Amino acid sequence: MKKIICESCGHENPEGTVLCGACGKPIENNQHIDGNQSGKLLNMRYEGSARRSQTHNKSIIDKIWNFFSSVKVGVTLIVITLIASAVGTIFPQEMYIPPNVNPAQHYADQYGILGKIYYQLGFHNLYSSWWYMILIAMIGTSIIIASLDRVVPLYKALKMQKPKRHTSFLQRQRLFSKTESVSKEDMETVAAKLKSQRYKLTEEDGHILAEKGRFSRWGPYVNHIGLIVFLLGALLRFVPFLYIDDYVWVREGDTVVVPETDQQYYVKNEEFIIETYDEQDKRYQAAIKKQGGSVPSNYQTDAVIYKASNASVAGEDPELEVVKEGSIQVNKPIKFDGFALYQSSYQLDEFKTMTFKIHETEDEEEEALTSFTVDLTNPEYEYELDNGFRVVIDQYFPEYYLDDGSPASKSKYPRNPAFVFFVYPPNEDSPEVSFAGIGRNVDATGENDYKVGLQNFEVRDVTGLTVKKDYTLPFIALGGLIFMIGVIQGMYWQHRRVWIHPSESGVWLAAHTNKNWYGIKRDIEKAIDGTEVKMVQDQQELDE
Amino acid sequence: MSKVEEAKQRKNKKKKMRLVFRSSILLVLLAAVVFVLVSNFNKDKTVIGVGADAPNFKLQQMNGDGGELALDDLKGKGVMLNFWATYCGPCKDEMPYMESLYPEYKEKGVEILAVSLDSTDLVVDRFIDDYELSFPIVRDNGGQVLELYDVGELPSTLFINENGEVVEKVSGPLSLDRLEGYLQQIVPQ
Repeated sequence: MKKIICESCGHENPEGTVLCGACGKPIENNQHIDGNQSGKLLNMRYEGSARRSQTHNKSIIDKIWNFFSSVKVGVTLIVITLIASAVGTIFPQEMYIPPNVNPAQHYADQYGILGKIYYQLGFHNLYSSWWYMILIAMIGTSIIIASLDRVVPLYKALKMQKPKRHTSFLQRQRLFSKTESVSKEDMETVAAKLKSQRYKLTEEDGHILAEKGRFSRWGPYVNHIGLIVFLLGALLRFVPFLYIDDYVWVREGDTVVVPETDQQYYVKNEEFIIETYDEQDKRYQAAIKKQGGSVPSNYQTDAVIYKASNASVAGEDPELEVVKEGSIQVNKPIKFDGFALYQSSYQLDEFKTMTFKIHETEDEEEEALTSFTVDLTNPEYEYELDNGFRVVIDQYFPEYYLDDGSPASKSKYPRNPAFVFFVYPPNEDSPEVSFAGIGRNVDATGENDYKVGLQNFEVRDVTGLTVKKDYTLPFIALGGLIFMIGVIQGMYWQHRRVWIHPSESGVWLAAHTNKNWYGIKRDIEKAIDGTEVKMVQDQQELDE
Repeated sequence: MSKVEEAKQRKNKKKKMRLVFRSSILLVLLAAVVFVLVSNFNKDKTVIGVGADAPNFKLQQMNGDGGELALDDLKGKGVMLNFWATYCGPCKDEMPYMESLYPEYKEKGVEILAVSLDSTDLVVDRFIDDYELSFPIVRDNGGQVLELYDVGELPSTLFINENGEVVEKVSGPLSLDRLEGYLQQIVPQ
């Protein structure tokens, strides 16, 4: 690597340096890097230090490194990701389309050719598609490498800066003034007044550098560290031990295994409750009227959490031990062993039991001769009834529908239960066949003496619970906190520097800040107040 | 050693260090990306895939002699493990195929075990009577086996060899020919 020796102060600068690290004199051949050739003012970014990425490009590793080091590349990646994310909201993501439909079909049917393209490019599952993840990963890489490549030279440059600067460096600062003759006392006053404004002074041969708020320069890098921690937290969500997001439906009275707990935990739904706002209450009347109906005020599952106490084989009835009892409400989950169950959905009024009566077909009053109750979760095969009747359930369809003319069930859930009954009248050996369900009682032969009709039923509700386990939140929160600290550090403080450069009988004053030029001008005004030293002029404003 | 050589050596050392530093950072980042992509790719895959050991379970047999039936009891035999339900049309269609091949393959040491996901014994019993099924049928009452095997689609069939290892996994219905092909694969040697 070539070294560049500063013509003025003899300091050895690494290749690619724009402004001499010690005295600040522009290195003649490198002014194009920061666009300093034209214009009066110096570009002060990264203190004119050498960003190696812009000069060294030898091995493949260096090439990859330099690609990610480029801010242009980083910004491009961010823009692409933003556009992709926005496109991902045009049509719903796959998780929001109805379940049990073929996604390929669904997108094409609903949204036409655009939907089809959307699906094929993976936008239906954008945020977990491989190319989106690679984009995010590339942004992460770019943040890390670009930061490393800049923070190190910047740190070095700021650490070794000298109070004594080259005149061309000073003249080309934005804030600059020349005072022809100044007394020594006045110069000392200015320095002292800067010190009293909490500037840190360093001196070399009567040349003074007054500096404050240097730490604000690290703001962007602290902020990047926050982002990296944040991304790492998101990455950890792929470790099942740290992050689980699943779902379980539980019927009232049922106890089911909680998914993703290795069959260790069970949840029982004691009761599902929906409450609505009181329509008689004057406070709510206007809102309820506007809504056009009752407005729910509470969704709640009273639940019991059990732990399987013996290490049983799957399928065997485990011994259950109560771990926790309580109610789950929206945003008030029940928690156990790192898991949380959240109230997230429900279905009302699934059939639980049905009571049928038997009456004479001829009887217009349909007076019950006898009746029987079928527990839909565990129907008996045969019912011995009063009056000598006997009923056998020949077929049970929990969710009845006609499949090409023959009765069938859509699911195992009793949403529309129907039965084929064999009714044995007293002292008869051959049964009468009856079909009975909700709003149906069909006499298969048309010759039955007795009919089966629905007399009564009980329903129960089903609650939908989200199963969550999330140990990644602390990482994500920490990332957010560090990010904020970085933002505050960079936004609320500025790195202000004033160079006091004694000339033959007078003084040169130059100043630089990374933001808030008004603030540094006020600092200087206060410092020169009552002295001969001339106020700095804003050379940028003069240009305009 | 002259000063020039010294400087050269220093320079080379620095260069090497830089290469190592950059390579290792890029490597770590690459590893993170690969980890994310691989985990994401495997996320939707079932836990029990081809090559995995079929985990044990124990359920009540609905037909035949009744009693408890554990998968481990069938070690040493090839096992066709079929997940089905009475409300699943394609499941019903493949049942006669299974029944027709069962006697022949039982002789050869292959057992067919069908796990029903229905919610009541009644519907399963009536179905067994209807279709006259003789191979063992169990009902996954609490859905634990379903959860254990992470079965998504019905029907789903796992072909397990005599060592308890999953040889083949089929989601969706099977034709008679394909079924026989798979059964041949799990005939114990």
